[in-house]
Amino acid sequence: MQALLTEAFLTALIFGAVTAGVPLLLAGLGEQISEKAGVLNIGIEGMMLFGAYTGFVAAYYSGSFWLGFLFGGIGGMAVAAIVVLLCIRFGLNQIVIGIGVTLGFEGLTALLHFVQFSRTYPRLDQAPVWALPGLDQIPILGKALFSHSPIVYLAVLLVIGLGWLFRATYIGLNLESAGAKPAALDAAGVSVTATRAGAVLATGFLAGLGGAYMANVGAGLFVPFMTGGAGFIGIVLAMLARGNPIWVLMGAALFGISLAMTTALQVAGINIPTDVVQMLPFAMVMLVLVIFARHSVLPPALGLPYVRGDR
Amino acid sequence: MTVEAQTSAAPTNDAAREALAAILRVLVPVILALIAGGVILLILGKDPLAYYGYVARRGLFTWGGLQETFTRMSPLLLIAAGLIVAFRAGIWNLGGDGQFLLAAVVTSALAPVLIAFLPKGLTLILCMIVAIAVAALWSVIPAILKARYGVNEIITSLMMSFLGVSFANVLVKLFFRDPTTTVPQTVTLPVEDRLPRLFDSTIHGGVLIALAVVVLVHLMMTRTAFGLKLQVVGANPAAAIHAGLNVARLTIATFAISAGLIGLGGAVEILGVWGTVRADWNPAFGLLVVPLVFLARFNGYAVIGFVFFFSALMIGGESAARRVGVPQHYVLVLVALLLIFLAVVEYLDHQRRKRTGA
Repeated sequence: MQALLTEAFLTALIFGAVTAGVPLLLAGLGEQISEKAGVLNIGIEGMMLFGAYTGFVAAYYSGSFWLGFLFGGIGGMAVAAIVVLLCIRFGLNQIVIGIGVTLGFEGLTALLHFVQFSRTYPRLDQAPVWALPGLDQIPILGKALFSHSPIVYLAVLLVIGLGWLFRATYIGLNLESAGAKPAALDAAGVSVTATRAGAVLATGFLAGLGGAYMANVGAGLFVPFMTGGAGFIGIVLAMLARGNPIWVLMGAALFGISLAMTTALQVAGINIPTDVVQMLPFAMVMLVLVIFARHSVLPPALGLPYVRGDR
Repeated sequence: MTVEAQTSAAPTNDAAREALAAILRVLVPVILALIAGGVILLILGKDPLAYYGYVARRGLFTWGGLQETFTRMSPLLLIAAGLIVAFRAGIWNLGGDGQFLLAAVVTSALAPVLIAFLPKGLTLILCMIVAIAVAALWSVIPAILKARYGVNEIITSLMMSFLGVSFANVLVKLFFRDPTTTVPQTVTLPVEDRLPRLFDSTIHGGVLIALAVVVLVHLMMTRTAFGLKLQVVGANPAAAIHAGLNVARLTIATFAISAGLIGLGGAVEILGVWGTVRADWNPAFGLLVVPLVFLARFNGYAVIGFVFFFSALMIGGESAARRVGVPQHYVLVLVALLLIFLAVVEYLDHQRRKRTGA
């Protein structure tokens, strides 16, 4: 038990929590944009996984992490484009297409990885780190919170940015009405299709970026199926956050800490199955849902395609 | 022109055309998916014809492969039956993996204990009943949250699924572990105590259970008052309340039946094939079956065909991974393509009908 209380251990734990939490944060924020606009984006797992793959491949061949992140986002957007075409343009069932997209890209990325690398898993170099001058000197917390990949700071800034976007801009208002009363948005002369398409593409970019971070920074390599349900956790975070990005951040932190605990306990030599710790965040979310069930709020038109003239 | 055609055509002619259209709606997407999948294989530098030929031979045209295909059908069919009940009632039970795995673990823990002092038949039946109960119990929280507070069941059932998969592992590693093995797993049920084999084959009797359940579920949903009530809830919950139905109770019942059937699938897979659950074993059939149920449009008879096709694809694909060098994950791509093409064809068909005013 002594090992749990050393300074180095705590730093490693919090550092690990941030690394594990950021992909969830990006996915959760992305999903939040979609859900606001009335699209239940179950395919986000596929977007993350494809982003992880394209991000890794771009970074691997170019040697540039920036290109890796960019292509990760673009990869996620490419998957989102399929969802836009099928669910928003054609109005097909969002849940079915979402599951189809997730399964398809799970298979496709595993296939592509096998063809390129067979059964080897090449590693990337250490990802670049921006230490925030001054702040990173704080004992314990400094190295844990302020010495990360730039994507981490970007993700946190995004929380503030999205909060402002949702609250204080026309874009936020349009998104909200596309999810609450699409016919009203249409009547006001704004295209519901375009609003929702933009939202889903943004989701794809963020999810893909999260996937690329997971592969390039978190793991340093790409493994098939590596997202392991992170996209689904993102959906949960978005639903619990009730449209407020701050709560996505809180939720991602909670999940990040639980995930980091899994490795930390092993390092500390505590002999309980990792599955016990892995259950914690899910158990906690269920508990929150049971206690605050009557407060959970979702846009009324969530999951419904908009067809002009339909009742 | 269309009016003329409608009035002059004999009714039998119309029925035949409808049937042909229905077949085409399934056949065209299958062919398109196989072609698109073939193009992907070509890009990856593999010979699609050789791959498809091998998969068909291995999954369908050898006796050994065909037996494996039939064996694989039983868990998939039972999961499909559970999903049909839920989806027809408009409830998205996506927690299949957790329900399946927990039922499987409890079965594998219970069977070797019971077999010591109970006759084999009774052991098998008791195990299945307990498995159904465990899986149904695992769906209670999402069911109540949905019924009482309208909390989206997609999320809660998914969460319970993740929770269930981890919990199943905990059970195997900490509580039901066979002390004599190095890899954590439950005590193995001897082969002679498992579900009886059919005739001289390796196919176990679970297939018959699964087929019977799918047919019964289809009849229940389409021919009984209870099934009709569920369909009304699924089609329009507000109308169901106006019709005086107890929507909350029906929602909880739907969840319990759906999860119970999926749990039965887990029990049958253990009692028929494995006899034990290893730690970290998770076939993840739950989400895989969702597209099949949709392809079959929630029709129990059609789902049997799709599950057969998919089982053959899985068995052939697993073998092709070793022999042709195409990972079995390719099967996932094929299913996704099939789903997308089916959806697109259906959309185009819908548009065509709208234009012709039919």
